[in-house]
Amino acid sequence: MSNAKKKVSADDALRMFRQMVRIRTFENNANQLYLSAKMPGLTHMYSGEEAVAVGICEALLPTDKITSTHRGHGHCVAKGADFKAMFCELLGKEEGYCRGKGGSMHIADQSNGNLGANAIVGGSLGIATGAALTSKLKKTGDVAVCFFGDGATAQGLMYEVMNMAALWKLPVIYACENNGYSEYTKTEEIAAGSITARAEAFGIESHQVDGQDVIAVNELSRTLVDRARKGEGPFFLELMTYRYHGHHVGDINREYYRAKSEEEDWRENRDPIIRMRAWLIENKYATEAELDELSKEVTEDAEAAVAYALDAPYPDVSEVDMHVYTDIEHVLA
Amino acid sequence: MRKITLSKAVNEALAEEMRHDETVIILGEDVAEAGTPFKVLSGLVEEFGTERVIDTPISEPGFMGIGVGAAMTGMRPVVDLMFGDFIFLIMDQLCNQAAKTHYMSGGKLNVPLVLRTNMGATRRSAAQHSQSLHAIVAHIPGLKVAMPSSAYEAKGLLKTAIRDDNPVVIFEDKLMYQDSAEVPEEEYSIPFGEACIKREGTDITLIGTSSMVQVCEKAAEMLQAEGISAEVIDPRTIVPLDEKTLVESAKKTGRVIVVDEGHQSFGVTSEIASRINEQAFYHLDAPTTRIGAMDVPIPFSPALEDITVPTPERVFEQAKKLVSGELINAA
Ligand SMILES: Cc1ncc(C[n+]2csc(CCOP(=O)(O)OP(=O)(O)O)c2C)c(N)n1
Ligand SMILES: [Mg+2]
Repeated sequence: MSNAKKKVSADDALRMFRQMVRIRTFENNANQLYLSAKMPGLTHMYSGEEAVAVGICEALLPTDKITSTHRGHGHCVAKGADFKAMFCELLGKEEGYCRGKGGSMHIADQSNGNLGANAIVGGSLGIATGAALTSKLKKTGDVAVCFFGDGATAQGLMYEVMNMAALWKLPVIYACENNGYSEYTKTEEIAAGSITARAEAFGIESHQVDGQDVIAVNELSRTLVDRARKGEGPFFLELMTYRYHGHHVGDINREYYRAKSEEEDWRENRDPIIRMRAWLIENKYATEAELDELSKEVTEDAEAAVAYALDAPYPDVSEVDMHVYTDIEHVLA
Repeated sequence: MRKITLSKAVNEALAEEMRHDETVIILGEDVAEAGTPFKVLSGLVEEFGTERVIDTPISEPGFMGIGVGAAMTGMRPVVDLMFGDFIFLIMDQLCNQAAKTHYMSGGKLNVPLVLRTNMGATRRSAAQHSQSLHAIVAHIPGLKVAMPSSAYEAKGLLKTAIRDDNPVVIFEDKLMYQDSAEVPEEEYSIPFGEACIKREGTDITLIGTSSMVQVCEKAAEMLQAEGISAEVIDPRTIVPLDEKTLVESAKKTGRVIVVDEGHQSFGVTSEIASRINEQAFYHLDAPTTRIGAMDVPIPFSPALEDITVPTPERVFEQAKKLVSGELINAA
């Protein structure tokens, strides 16, 4: 872990720990809902990557913007969402953040600056960059963070918008979550050369960072977010991380593309939550008992939210033709 | 006859054509070792190698463009687009390049390319992974569009597509990959522009595309129980469209419902209905009506998603109205 004790207060450190535990707990429950056939469709787990979303979002204000991906539950939690409305969305219920219209792949708490989870790989690169343009034109001081995977670096859109962001000095941070795979393919088979060098070619300052070290991610993010607010952006981050589950919950037999031993190594030796826990105890920010209590609280909170969501009503069928246009309440009426 | 799944039928068509013709190659995301997320291509890379079953990065416009260029210079690429929704990413390469090259070159250049992709909702995949976008492609002159309704059609139409010298887009219904149908062991192909009369009838014609053929067949069963004889027709390709078979049936029964999973407005149902009205008007006993997907983005919630797509019940109810002479839109 980064040797950054002095810069991180106990409150901040414990909040980051709690947020990581909340993401892991959310995902464990989501996986159970899938396995017990209570969740419609499929979902992509963020487990293993918690330090990325939390380290970055803890450096942001609620008014700052993010864009999220198909693997978006972690970003959603980290940007301040509640379990209840998230589980409701996951189950297609009316009280979900998107009134059940979005589901797992589009889950987002819009009131906290989350501009949406995108099921088109790389689909939000333009949106985040556009949010940064608004910030510059309206002088709001907002910073926009675009989360995307290593796979999305193959989308041409990324190079078009990075060019404009650099030309126009936009307050946007491109956060590439390099988890080593896009679907069933290793990153080195789909990405030629260096990923950070691509951003550097546009004159964008780029950093590669250990995405399993929440304090390192947070420290760097705080600096870059501050600088972006002052007009020194854009920036590019490559966060080295790992997804523990399959590409989606249905991707169970995956030994043909990655070894069990590799998964075990990441889970046992590089887990962001285990590392942060040890760090908190070592630095006497918390005791074992306190952290156990924290995890227990989060677990109970999640279980209550799942129970609530399972009982919650589906949207009324009359909602089906609502929200197609802003100015027509029921488009088919 | 043996029965195989639609997925297996597609796989067989590709393997047979790749054995016949060395220029046939496959390009797409996770097509090789993974055999696609739907496992449709499993085993092909083992037989044909990574030179011919080529994994690409997530660069749809890029590999589609490469497919077009390869097609113009002697290969027969079968481009695999993982979800039909991603057609919007490749529109320029498909519609401005592939579709127009033969025409713009005065007939001197060809683009013998197949774009294999899918369609179909009710998989709880929300608005960006559930669309049926064939009408958008069918609107562009220069592209042929095939819509298999079973494993049998999927194999026969794909083989024809690969041998065709024009760009062809095939939409497979992703919910049908595991559905089985009778498929002969021996090789066969299905010509484009020949509709198939799936069931003969005299009171009403139900025209359905892709999985809507099954919806129409189920509705026809229900109608039969009420003493109504429905004819079910599958156009199989919407470009070229076998207008003759559709119009003849309309003249025979005097009543038509067109069912398709694309959005109802400005779609396939409108096109077919207006051709029937133009050519069979004086034989019709009722207005030709349409049942398409609701004109809304596909919602995630099962409570909403299921009511956006045509169902046998809706076709049945509509058919009963038409046959009973109930006035439709008469106000
Ligand atoms: C434009 C587009 N192409 C393909 C897909 C199918 N798909 C969904 S996720 C994915 C892999 C994405 O990999 P990466 O960006 O590394 O994100 P990760 O899943 O590893 O978090 C693919 C190919 C898609 N959703 N959108
Ligand atoms: Mg990845």
